[in-house]
Amino acid sequence: MQEKNSMKVQFVSQSINEAFARVVVSAFVAQLDPTVEEINDIKMAVSEAVTNSIIHGYRGKENGVVEVHCSYEGRVISIEVVDYGLGIANIDQAMAPLYTTSLEEERAGLGFTVMQSMMDELEVYSECHKGTTVKMKKSLGE
Amino acid sequence: MKIDFLVADRTLVVILQGEVDHHTCVQIRQQVDHEYQKKRARNLVFDLEKVKFMDSAGIGMLMGRYRNVAICGGSIALINVRPETAQLIEISGVNRLMKIYASKEQALEALA
Repeated sequence: MQEKNSMKVQFVSQSINEAFARVVVSAFVAQLDPTVEEINDIKMAVSEAVTNSIIHGYRGKENGVVEVHCSYEGRVISIEVVDYGLGIANIDQAMAPLYTTSLEEERAGLGFTVMQSMMDELEVYSECHKGTTVKMKKSLGE
Repeated sequence: MKIDFLVADRTLVVILQGEVDHHTCVQIRQQVDHEYQKKRARNLVFDLEKVKFMDSAGIGMLMGRYRNVAICGGSIALINVRPETAQLIEISGVNRLMKIYASKEQALEALA
């Protein structure tokens, strides 16, 4: 029988919580004894998704709610980052490499590209003025 | 985020220590831009040896500094890049804008 576990954490949309989200997810995933590279990939993907929620979902408003759901079954990790912010009008455009709505803020426009590179699967669901859910999966090596 | 600076000729070396993300980039931008102007530097070198984590916000910050330095006719270089940061730098293509050197001495010699 494959081992299962899950957790959920919720925090307000302050940028200082980007590091908090990374630490919480990496502590949870550490139960599976991943490699340093795997942990770094997961931290990077979580950081990108949470930063998107804070910058784009809530446009810097610091009282929005960001949720991170994390689970594993065997060595497959599933992570969901959920916000209830502005949503994404055009997901395909938002996911295109180098696309950014924040030119003046020096954003690289690489958030989704990094998430795709670091994880095995990435799905984005969004509705205008209702919010965005980013679902990611990664299989750890044996 | 701890930021230390040293100046050699007209090159400002920025030694970053900690995690580079959207939150810490605010402080990095402010301090680096201030120091670059104050020291009347031309080139910028980022020492990334003590950077334990960097995401794409760090790439945006580096691209922004590249723009500022290019306007002043200078160059930007990276030194002591860890493998995980090197992977991100390669994905972003930012290595086409700034060279990576193995040591400070090599970078300073190349920029002199």
